[in-house]
Amino acid sequence: MSRRIARLAGWVLAAALPLAFVGVFFAWPVGSIVGRGLLPEGVLDAAGILEVLSRPRTQRIIAFTIGMAAAATAITLVLGMPVAYVLSRLRFRGRGVLRAAVLVPFVLPTVVVGIAFRALLRDTPLDGSVAAILAALVFFNVAVVARTVAVSWESLDPRQEQAARVLGAGPVRVFGTLTLRRLAPSIAAAASIVFLFCSTAFGTVLVLGGAKYATIETEIWLLTTQFLDLRAASVLSVAQLVVVLLLLLVTRLLRGRATTQRRSFSARAPRRADVPVIVATLLVAGALLVPLGALVERSLRVGGEFGIGNYLALASTGDRDALAVTPWQALGNSLGFAAAATGLAMLVGLVASILLSRRSRSDAGRRGLDLLDGALMLPLGVSAVTVGFGFLITLNAPPLDLRTSPVLVPIAQALVAVPLVVRTLLPVLRSVGSRMREAAASLGAPPWRVLLTIDLGVSARAALAATGLAFTVALGEFGATTFLSRPDAATLPVVIYRLIGLPGGDNAGMATAASVVLAAACVAVVALVERLRVDTAGAF
Amino acid sequence: MHNRILGSSSARRSRTRVDIIPLAALAASALLLAGCTPAADAPVTLVLVTHDSFALSEGTLDAFTAETGIVVDVQSGGDAGELVNKLVLTKDSPLGDVVFGIDNTFASRAASNGVLEEYVSGDLTAAESPFRLPAGSGGEYLTPIDSGDVCVNVDREWFAAAGIPEPTTLDDLIDPAYAGLLVVEAANSSSPGLAFLLATIAAYGDGWPDYWSALVDNQVKVAASWSDAYYVDFSGPSSEGDRPLVVSYASSPPVEVPPGSTGVLLQTCFRQTEYAGVIAGTEYPAEARQLVDFLFSPIVQNDIPENMYVFPVNAEATLPATWAEYAEVATDPWELDPAEIDANRERWIAEWAAIATP
Repeated sequence: MSRRIARLAGWVLAAALPLAFVGVFFAWPVGSIVGRGLLPEGVLDAAGILEVLSRPRTQRIIAFTIGMAAAATAITLVLGMPVAYVLSRLRFRGRGVLRAAVLVPFVLPTVVVGIAFRALLRDTPLDGSVAAILAALVFFNVAVVARTVAVSWESLDPRQEQAARVLGAGPVRVFGTLTLRRLAPSIAAAASIVFLFCSTAFGTVLVLGGAKYATIETEIWLLTTQFLDLRAASVLSVAQLVVVLLLLLVTRLLRGRATTQRRSFSARAPRRADVPVIVATLLVAGALLVPLGALVERSLRVGGEFGIGNYLALASTGDRDALAVTPWQALGNSLGFAAAATGLAMLVGLVASILLSRRSRSDAGRRGLDLLDGALMLPLGVSAVTVGFGFLITLNAPPLDLRTSPVLVPIAQALVAVPLVVRTLLPVLRSVGSRMREAAASLGAPPWRVLLTIDLGVSARAALAATGLAFTVALGEFGATTFLSRPDAATLPVVIYRLIGLPGGDNAGMATAASVVLAAACVAVVALVERLRVDTAGAF
Repeated sequence: MHNRILGSSSARRSRTRVDIIPLAALAASALLLAGCTPAADAPVTLVLVTHDSFALSEGTLDAFTAETGIVVDVQSGGDAGELVNKLVLTKDSPLGDVVFGIDNTFASRAASNGVLEEYVSGDLTAAESPFRLPAGSGGEYLTPIDSGDVCVNVDREWFAAAGIPEPTTLDDLIDPAYAGLLVVEAANSSSPGLAFLLATIAAYGDGWPDYWSALVDNQVKVAASWSDAYYVDFSGPSSEGDRPLVVSYASSPPVEVPPGSTGVLLQTCFRQTEYAGVIAGTEYPAEARQLVDFLFSPIVQNDIPENMYVFPVNAEATLPATWAEYAEVATDPWELDPAEIDANRERWIAEWAAIATP
């Protein structure tokens, strides 16, 4: 009996960490700001809410947001799958670099990429079109699909496919009936993340759409920061929350049953049959490279001539001292914040994932786990403006007088990174059969040992991949960071944003050079983290 | 690295620290034992809340500390609208002591929401009166600090090469001779975009929607932000585009290389003036007033153009050489009463969007 109570206490304690984190730094601030909008005098303003919802503009915006995000997610999935296959199943020189390089678009500041895209599209019918928005959204998110799915693909036993082929099934049929079905959990996870990133995209929608298209996110920004219409903004924030919850329901249905996976299978050299997939991957990589190439080219142009002047200028505070810190100092700030955010996100995400991977025997337990699962995804689907203003009106008294403190920067970044960590780890952890744990326990392993050798052992590779994603998203985070940043501790994306907002050729050149440096730093750190794979590979 | 960042704010924001309370109690009791009353000789730290374009040269604020012993902690982020809304939402527990960066398009909202203490710097003279706000629209609360005109910028080299005379007025911009040459920022996502809309409203009154329909017919391009209008669509020397007319600032031409290759159409300007004020509820009203005065003093005013790309308002301030030579100031810019802007902002922007971004 007492052991059961101790076990229960252990689980409750473990659940307390992620719940407290999301509760204090997300639910409370967002709840407070939404409450101010919906309950102006402490009473629910039902008529006001209905009025906002019945506006044709509100309905159009909600429909456009969902449609745009769904379309972008579908395209991203189709284009990301071949890349995931190549990254997980084939062994070739430069695979490690490619793995890290697919993350590059993900870390780049949207304002700079938006401008690079627009420079390519100017004078074409695509400029200011929905197609341009979709192309940019896909550009940013292919990495999520490629990497999240690759993690699961790596641990699929290829012998099942081989057996099916021997029995006469064609490659398409094998992929459709076997591979796709077994990858479903991680595809669903990747799709839900991409959908949320797309539905909350801000700069991409505005810049590529020529300010013609409003989404829930851009409208919340307009209503909150320009009109101070908290009621309408709160209604839209609730709409965002509802979208996240619906999405979770849909992905639950699609997730299907996870099959048992217990180890990573080694990649093999490419064969002739892989040619179509390799070609597809090269095409996707090429499409990603075009805007990146334009960016690099621009960073090497100084006053009409080629040179490295923009890179040399990164050691200065810009043309006429436009900045409080040099871009190199800002990169230092960025790396520091991102490292702290990654540590925090991994801690919270790992605890939450282990918890979520358990199947509770009681209904209450299952419902509790579902709730935790949903709660952790919410920060990805809610506007940074809502969270930022929520911080201001809640974290304003001791012991949590944090609103002017730089610790909020890594906390805000970690909020966005935790869902990525959970979605990367959970499919792998769920695939560990509970029988494996029970076997270990019956052989006399204490619970901590089961956790350490089985759960952490199996998920070590996924954990490294999650670390890379978390670091990348923290490094590139702009919305919340700019709201909370201080001029003397500005991050590189904030500095880039400032530079690109000033006239004079030197500043724009510096901004592009700084973006290239940001991308290079991201690739370097992620590649370094992933080298650790070599040491852990022998663990299972 | 990270510890340094963490340390910098908590050490300076001594009045909100929890863990110094025991120390302070110890010190206080020691003083009581010695029969003295505690002296408040710890340096006062003022929090200056501002927008993300705030910048001064290193050491400028240190001069204030050297002179008064008051330390200034700068908290920046967001644009002018975000800044005012932050103050309104945190009225019950103010974000800081002094605010800088409220502009004439948001001044009325700040004043009517009671987020500021009544104070205007006594150092203002008649020379600065054109920048002062009307009473009732923030005039009792806000001291002008800097001013910049949002105007149509022109690529002089483009017009010289094309052999077409440059346009000069807002009316010229709807002349078919200039079709497809202008790029503007969206009024619903960009502050210069809104300023240009306000210029047209000031110029055409209720007829402004017709003017915008004519602009659209004349193939005006709408970009989402200043950065992509200026760097992607404008044809100036540091830009990549093919449109020789762009809505930008009067301060943009002096920083172009070579200066003089671009210019401004002085009859298309809307004046944006930025103000400083004392935040209501500050614990240090006297010190906060000193900081407002300091922001208006020549030491800051001389530092403003090169750091924030706007003009100082203080008549005593001296302009940098390239500014003195190339910066043009509209003598009669378009202006609107801040109270009128605040009352109509949402409606104007919605009507504008229906016409300009269908």
